[in-house]
Formats: sequence, structure tokens, C-alpha cells
Amino acid sequence: MRLEILNNGYKLGARLLFSIIKIVSGYPLPDAARLVFYRPDFYGTPAKAFTQRAMRGPSGWSVAERELMAAYVSKLNQCTFCVKAHSAVSAAAYGDNTKVESVLTDPGEAAITLPLRATLLMLGKLTRQGTVSADDVRKVIAVGVSTSQIEDALAVCFAFNVTNRLADTFDFFVPSDDAFKAGAKYLLKRGYSG
Amino acid sequence: MDTVKDTSDYGALFQNLINRILKGDGYSTAGLRQAAFNNSDLPEPLHAFITKVANAAFKVTDGEVEAVKQSGVSEDEIFELIVCAAVGAASRQYENGLAALAEAMQEGGQHAS
Repeated sequence: MRLEILNNGYKLGARLLFSIIKIVSGYPLPDAARLVFYRPDFYGTPAKAFTQRAMRGPSGWSVAERELMAAYVSKLNQCTFCVKAHSAVSAAAYGDNTKVESVLTDPGEAAITLPLRATLLMLGKLTRQGTVSADDVRKVIAVGVSTSQIEDALAVCFAFNVTNRLADTFDFFVPSDDAFKAGAKYLLKRGYSG
Repeated sequence: MDTVKDTSDYGALFQNLINRILKGDGYSTAGLRQAAFNNSDLPEPLHAFITKVANAAFKVTDGEVEAVKQSGVSEDEIFELIVCAAVGAASRQYENGLAALAEAMQEGGQHAS
């Protein structure tokens, strides 16, 4: 990563954990997961609590759908690491790679439900333009999305607008597709609070 | 951050993150962290760098990070200011989204399922 403290500044306990994970999984811990171990009291711990709530907490959206929102927001922010990481989680949760790819290409044309499509388009506008209008939100409500689902989607959008910026500024290493698949399996099993 | 009310559990989790990065202990001053969060009132080269983190992070280069280091800002300070800039930019969007939702609910979003 671009700051030396994020490569070599971890405490002994974290360094031991990184070594164990590498031995057990066969892959180095991805930079997204390493980052939250650096001075966790400052950013990692409160950020993980928010992200875990948004991505794995109670919601009218499935885990696959929320991971797809994360991948889509990441795509608009041109964050390669996060697109690959969360496409892999969404595809694994759906059991379908093509669906995720088609949404990232054009959510307007992809074979997804109307509520999910409308929500993705709203998140897209929010991410690109920084704002949405009450009318934009009404369009989403009109196709049957509940207000709590909108709150959930906005929370996913927030979490990934933060993470995308950190991934690209710190320059997270982009590993192989197999490493992302292994990471996806972990995130599906354990979530974001581990 | 005022529009993120504690009507859902997100409000408390969001506020906790914001309070920690802006008001908790750090290597950089609270004033500088708030400036990075707001992306305003920063000296160069921090100003140009933080603007890029907030608006086009995928374009940040090694050289830009190096320039900030060369200007005498420590790595721990840079770490904090990058986090504040990223969270700040994302917060502004989030609050705009929540405000639009609140407005839609007030004015005839009643048929929400």
C-alpha cells in the first residue's frame, strides 16, 4: 500500500494473525482486511460495525443483492479492487456469475427484479452526482421498495463510497481471481465484523 | 451529519464513526481532520490531494502521496486525513440521500410497503 505504516506498521498480534491466515487459506490477507487492523480504534472498529450492519444485518434485501449494490457502486467509482471483491461475493451468494456481470454492464437491461433495478439506478445517481431528489426516491418507492430497504441501500452506498476511496488512495493490491473467490467464501461465512 | 437521525440503528453507528475520526485521539489536530472531512480550508499540497481523494480517488498517484509526505506531514497524519476525506465525501452523499428519503416520505410516500 502507499503508506509504509499500512505495510509494516501492524502490532505483533495482527502480524501473527496475518501469517496464520496466509498458511491456512493459501492467500495473503487482502489489503481491505489488513487496513482495518491498523490503529483499529481510529477507523477499523467503528467502520466494521457500520459495514457489518449494512451488509449482513436484518434487511429486506438479500446478502447477494447488497453485495451487488456494493459491486455496482464500486464500478461507478472505478475501484477495481472493490468491484472484483464484491462481484465475487455477490456471484457466490447468487450462485450466478452472469447476473452480476450483466448488472455491472447495464442495470437498466439486466435480468433483475424491478425494485432492485430502481434501487441500483438511484444509488448510481447518488454516487455519480452526489445527490438525489425526493422524486428520485419516490420512483423507487413506487415500484414497491420499502422505506427501510431504501435506508439499507443508502447505508451500503455510504460504506462503499468510503471503502472505494480508501482502496484507491491507499492502492490496495489487486490479487488473482482465485484469491477473490477465497475471500468471497470467507465474507459469506463470516461477514465483516471478524 | 445532522440529518442522520437515530431513528434507525444506522444513525448511532454512523455517528460513532464520525465522532471517532473527528474528535477522538489522533496525530493530526482536530481542526485539520475536520478540514479534510469538509474538503475545505486546507494548505497546499494537502488541498489538491484531499480534493482528489474526495472526488476522484482512482486517479491518486504515488507522486501525490509522496508530495504530501515531503511537505512534512507524517504517515499517521496522512492516514487520518485520508480516512476523514473519504468518510466526509461519502457522508455528504449519504445525508443528501437520507434527506431526499425524508422529503419523499413527508410528501405522499405513504404507500411505502
